[in-house]
Amino acid sequence: MKTLFEKVWDDHVVVPETADTPAILYIDLHIVHEVTSPQAFSLLRSQKLPVRRPDLTLATMDHSTPTVPGSTFRDLAVVGENAAQQIRQMEENCAGFGVDLLGYGHANRGIVHVIGPELGATQPGKTIVCGDSHTSTHGAFGALAFGIGTTEVGHVLATQCLLQRRPKTLAVTVDGALPAGVTAKDVVLAIIGHIGVDGGTGHVIEYRGSAIRSLDMEQRMTVCNMSIEAGARAGMIAPDDTTIEYLDGRPRAPTGADWDAAVARWRTLRSDDGAAFDREVTLDAATLQPMVTFGTNPGMVLGINDPVPSSGDASFRKALDYMRVEPGKPMTGQAVDVVFIGSCTNGRLSDLEQAAAVLRGRRVADGVRMLVVPGSQRVKDEAEALGLDRVFTEAGAEWREAGCSMCIGMNGDIAQPGQLSVSTSNRNFEGRQGVGARTVLASPVTAAAAAVAGRVTDPRTLLGQQES
Amino acid sequence: MKPLTTFQSRTVVLPTRDIDTDQIIAARFLTTTTRDGLGASLFHDLRFGADGQPRPDFPLNRPEAEGCRILVAGNNFGCGSSREHAPWALLDYGFQAVISTEIADIFFNNALKNGLVPIVVDADVHAWLVDNPGVDVSVDVRESVIGLPDGRRIGFPIDGFARHCLVEGIDQLGFLRQHAAAIDRFEEERAWKP
Ligand code: SF4
Repeated sequence: MKTLFEKVWDDHVVVPETADTPAILYIDLHIVHEVTSPQAFSLLRSQKLPVRRPDLTLATMDHSTPTVPGSTFRDLAVVGENAAQQIRQMEENCAGFGVDLLGYGHANRGIVHVIGPELGATQPGKTIVCGDSHTSTHGAFGALAFGIGTTEVGHVLATQCLLQRRPKTLAVTVDGALPAGVTAKDVVLAIIGHIGVDGGTGHVIEYRGSAIRSLDMEQRMTVCNMSIEAGARAGMIAPDDTTIEYLDGRPRAPTGADWDAAVARWRTLRSDDGAAFDREVTLDAATLQPMVTFGTNPGMVLGINDPVPSSGDASFRKALDYMRVEPGKPMTGQAVDVVFIGSCTNGRLSDLEQAAAVLRGRRVADGVRMLVVPGSQRVKDEAEALGLDRVFTEAGAEWREAGCSMCIGMNGDIAQPGQLSVSTSNRNFEGRQGVGARTVLASPVTAAAAAVAGRVTDPRTLLGQQES
Repeated sequence: MKPLTTFQSRTVVLPTRDIDTDQIIAARFLTTTTRDGLGASLFHDLRFGADGQPRPDFPLNRPEAEGCRILVAGNNFGCGSSREHAPWALLDYGFQAVISTEIADIFFNNALKNGLVPIVVDADVHAWLVDNPGVDVSVDVRESVIGLPDGRRIGFPIDGFARHCLVEGIDQLGFLRQHAAAIDRFEEERAWKP
């Protein structure tokens, strides 16, 4: 009896681990971006090594690229000279090593964790790595996907393999039906709040249960994406009909007899009944509500109407001081300066649709800046075909080019010191969205509601108004 | 990588929990294409005020922190982003080891691959180190022990292979490449191809 994780792991062991040496694990898909790869390519150059499998390497640019509407590669000045240099070096590295680059202006460019799935390159049973901690996103397909450092990016480029010790397993089961207004983002924030920001350290999480099964692929990606925020190496969801339907017909998905063989193999990828996990945690979906963070890590999270807790702990108090929030009061009512819809957590089409549903026929409150940044060029094109861009711009929001943008603030998209940003991204760390910026993580629905109200708001009040 | 066996240094203490890699080195300093010079940006927004002046109350800015090579930090150090710039910045600044009760996975691996020793100790030893900043601590990588001034020797967990690579200065890519034949065979013989 094996868990899903064990099946995928065992299928990729080139040399088994021993007491003295880690396993050599084969990597099926390596995604590369401009920020964590330059030093790895330099290593290959200095050792005169080629990229072993350019065909298993997918390269794009997302972190330091501009998102100013209509910007082109030649407008790189908008992101500063260093970022421009990094982008140019990425082009040179990919050209020099024979790696296809979905670069600036390419119809399939986008955030690493958005384009892998939408191209169908992310598939069940694969091992997938990227020099980026949110690689856990791809686990939504039943892949074993995790972030690596730049030295390891070099290892994979040169050998298509990694040295790895086998992690432990953690089953997180969410059963029941999600109440109205509660999304995948709220589910994963609740999980992180429950197990803590280090609750998954050393583990691969498998998300199970009827509430998880009921999520579509984009929502499953939102859940797996934030596994790393609980400290876990990876998060996985067993593939099922929803997964197979999503992949069918994608550009890089198998076709014909290969498709049939792949589907047959994918159907075996689930934890056997009675397979043992190192740890197990259970949550009841019916008790969940829209969630917002109140502190400076994603574990400092509460239900939208719950009061901020108090604690004598110095790190806790420091976080509350930074956020300028008081124990005993809920986050609702906090004045909002910036709203960011986007990122590899919530920058896919259904996320934009959810935000647009709140904004349709409404206005972004005076004094609030709202950025809507599609996760990829494809998401942007699809959203425009549905007219979502007009919903956003008519409401007074900015409709931007695809990229990471204000999730990480490397490209000039930042909040100002002291500003409060309600963000659909994944990290509310101090300074993540700009020096001194205060980040409240939330779902697209809650973020859009905050934009309309100009304050942190229970989105269900707006959703209710719309129905009546 | 240079072999690393033993060293000794006074400690500097940052007791805060959950110090993420964004705090260790902020994203705006990642637009570099080399690994040099990142020490200048280490803990930038904690070290410097909005006016660019050093914050006198930040432990690294105190005169007694000068030359310290061992950082004692709160629980769950290095969580968040996978950026290897974090250990690069700590090393470039002059640190050789980080001690905490828990160190996040990716940071832990990145540190080992660059010769920054991640040392996990229990809560009691940690509390003692936090309460006694600036004490001399010795680190013996080969034996995987730290020595405290009162004579206590405390073991710390480290994977045998990673320790071997640190002590001998072995490059892990070289080790992987020695298995090229096994990788070829795996690619040929596997039941399905990606
Ligand atoms: S959107 Fe944010 S979390 Fe995702 S890859 Fe980009 S910077 Fe990282």
